Amino acid sequence: MGIVSVISLWFIPVLIAFILMYGTFKRVPTYESFVEGGKEGVKIAVSIIPFLVGMLVAISVFRASGALDFLMGFIRPGLEALGIPADIAPLAIIRPISGTAALGMTSDIMATHGPDSFIGRLAATIQGSTDTTFYVLTVYFGAVGIKKMGDALKVGLLADFVGIIAAIVVVTVVFGG
Amino acid sequence: MVNLIWVFMTVFGVVFAIFNGTMNEVNEAVFSGAKEAVTLCIGLISILVFWLGMMRIAEDAGMLKILAKLFRPLVKRLFPEIPNDHPAMGYILSNMMANMFGLGNAATPLGIKAMEEMRQLNGGSNEASRSMITFLAINTSSLTLIPTTVIAIRMNYNSANPTDIVGTTLIATLCSTIGAILIDRFFYYRRSRKG
Repeated sequence: MGIVSVISLWFIPVLIAFILMYGTFKRVPTYESFVEGGKEGVKIAVSIIPFLVGMLVAISVFRASGALDFLMGFIRPGLEALGIPADIAPLAIIRPISGTAALGMTSDIMATHGPDSFIGRLAATIQGSTDTTFYVLTVYFGAVGIKKMGDALKVGLLADFVGIIAAIVVVTVVFGG
Repeated sequence: MVNLIWVFMTVFGVVFAIFNGTMNEVNEAVFSGAKEAVTLCIGLISILVFWLGMMRIAEDAGMLKILAKLFRPLVKRLFPEIPNDHPAMGYILSNMMANMFGLGNAATPLGIKAMEEMRQLNGGSNEASRSMITFLAINTSSLTLIPTTVIAIRMNYNSANPTDIVGTTLIATLCSTIGAILIDRFFYYRRSRKG
């Protein structure tokens, strides 16, 4: 699986160099554009603070009380028989419902297990490879006044399921279980 | 839904602590959780600023438009109901490209525009058309090329190599997008057989 690692390593630096060269070639005021775009980054990071505070406090309480371990005890044997780490279950459940809640869980998993652990990488891959289905449906259908969603929710949730299974398989193959 | 889960985790945690004798830990968790969230967001600023800055250059240089052109033949096959030069197609393509580059804020207005156009194509009905369902299926499966936020979190927790999940994320995204398209087609053919 050396290729995947090389792509991971090279992708971002090469893309950065390419964007800068192409921007210069197209006579974009590169530095000014960069700063304008960057301002938005500050806004986004600050605006998610309340979401994360709320969610991380809830998760911390849930975990520290022992409730998480208690509930995980019930589903652990079933999931582990399938080769799925039980700690990933809460993230898999919340990912389609709330993006920021999932972000909180992902960071909680990394804080607890370490970012380079198997489960840390799995959480990162799940977080990055699926989107918040409920949010997307609500925003897009809501904005144009579609009342009857048809099969959209079913299709979206099934696709999330495929994505999570794919993440588990890919991370197991690349990084080992 | 989120409200329910949120309240459940907190209240169940507190009630569980009463019986489990872990009230002390819960007290600490309230403050450490809040503090961790803020630290995390501050850590996110660095990479979000850098990446969104880079993406603005790419956008200003017209890279998104070029990519949209490249993908047009492929995307046309996904939306057979949309006529060739209809504005809906342009919005769909721009939305996909913005998503690929992690420009969520730019992608949403484009996606809403695409939905408006598709609604008109569907005679202004308040029912989701075939193209709309396909479009949303692709959107919910995420098209991100570079999971910026995830990389930032990994940096925050001192990962030895924060970007080593880019490859696995790409493959998993590809699987979930292909899955979304296939599942969407399956449901479409099932609908059309029923009439």
